[in-house]
Amino acid sequence: MTTPTGATRAEICVVACAEAWRGDGEILAATAGTVPALGARLARLTFSPHLLLTDGEAMLLSTPQDPGRIEGWLPYRKHLSLAARGKRHMMMGAAQLDRYGNQNISCVGDWARPRRQLLGARGAPSNTVNHPVSYWVPRHSPRVFVPRVDMVSGVGYDRAAAQGPAVARFHGLRRVVTDLAVLDFATRDHRMRLASVHPGVGTDQVRERTGFALAVDGEVPTTREPTEEELRLLREVLDPHGTRDREVRT
Amino acid sequence: MTVGIGGWGARRKPMALVRALLRTGVRDLTVVSCGGPDVGLLAAAGRIRTLIAPFVTLDSVPLEPHFRAARESGALCFEEWDESMFLWGLTAAAHRLPFMPVRGGLGSDVPRRNPRLRTVTSPYEDGEELLAAPALDLDVALVHMNRADVRGNGQSLGPDPYFDDLFTEAARHTYLSCEQIVDRFAGPPQSLLVQRQNVTGVLHTPRGAHFTSCAPDYGRDEAFQRAYVRAAGDPGTWREFEARFLAGDEHAYQRAVDGREPEEATA
Repeated sequence: MTTPTGATRAEICVVACAEAWRGDGEILAATAGTVPALGARLARLTFSPHLLLTDGEAMLLSTPQDPGRIEGWLPYRKHLSLAARGKRHMMMGAAQLDRYGNQNISCVGDWARPRRQLLGARGAPSNTVNHPVSYWVPRHSPRVFVPRVDMVSGVGYDRAAAQGPAVARFHGLRRVVTDLAVLDFATRDHRMRLASVHPGVGTDQVRERTGFALAVDGEVPTTREPTEEELRLLREVLDPHGTRDREVRT
Repeated sequence: MTVGIGGWGARRKPMALVRALLRTGVRDLTVVSCGGPDVGLLAAAGRIRTLIAPFVTLDSVPLEPHFRAARESGALCFEEWDESMFLWGLTAAAHRLPFMPVRGGLGSDVPRRNPRLRTVTSPYEDGEELLAAPALDLDVALVHMNRADVRGNGQSLGPDPYFDDLFTEAARHTYLSCEQIVDRFAGPPQSLLVQRQNVTGVLHTPRGAHFTSCAPDYGRDEAFQRAYVRAAGDPGTWREFEARFLAGDEHAYQRAVDGREPEEATA
């Protein structure tokens, strides 16, 4: 389905991801997944022109349109120190997320003998205690949004508050973008809140597909439409082959 | 024995050395790795007692099938580390220090799942309590370089050195394999990553990182990796894969890789 501007669900998602980096200044926009990567590039080309972007390996891109032009070198080791210095806002994936934003990419089931082994914690523990983190969930479901994650890879607000200043000092989860909605933690105790629903999605649909009670205050707004310029950049410059549609089912 | 393996995921792994290890009877290994198919092959052969790693991945295939199977059957002991803890654990070993303080890991389940991890409190005004990443002291490190000389100096020509120099500095013995042995090095001095005082033995193993990537000499053999993943999904198919590719020496492996049908190579 499309919206008044003719945007697809995937395009709504890309713009909702791009919004995560609004106002972020001169930091690295790091991503996992196609839709967040397009969002970071779109933000860089529009409202957040000072963002740093990588080619997904060791190079910093000079312009998002041309992966051949680089402006710097960021091998794995330097990437880790940049993250530790806090000059980074990463949008990670999540196999599980709970109401305080604890995230799991390690394994499903009992950690000692998992039902399904996934990646391992990777950099999720250090990312979440060092710099802003957001999440991208391409398929919003109660399997992802669970009351309690099986292994805390990425640190949530309740853990950060309980663990003392070294953990809470630089901790901050910004938003969770899914194929249905945008969620954030803008409640007094940082419980996950329904910030907006994508055009054509009902709040009940989001509630049904979430395994815990979401905070909802008042009328839930609709996720904003892409501008004409954003649609043009996305369709003609950043993703002419439509790779975004492979990640978001419509 | 604790073995550190260089590279990262399915990138510039010393696969010829891993295959050589598989031909020996060495077992009960503690493996330290930013894991890829190195971990997968050793796990499939039942050689790993303990794995210390922040992740195991094949990059273009996110999850490593043999690692998954080993975890899901309880076949290995997993010390799950955060990436920054891993960097500082290797750095501590390279500097002969017992630990390095690090923020990453705190608040997550990593320390809860690993009772040997301890915290350390800053003696300065901030008084912060940080994680003490223990030194990752290695008995042996295995790394693969683009170029090396016979004395053990190694050159990395790809875009990322990963942690390979740290692995060599954290180990008592390092075995370095390389694409080419050279008499004199060309290229920028910053590419001379590994130094001979940290290297015990040098091996000339052309295409020795196969099937992982070894930029700029070659990319990942994606078709072979897909065949590896398919074979790992079924015990019978895996036995066929082992018989075809892993039963002989390194020359036999490379011949078997070259001998694939064209449609197999591009499948």
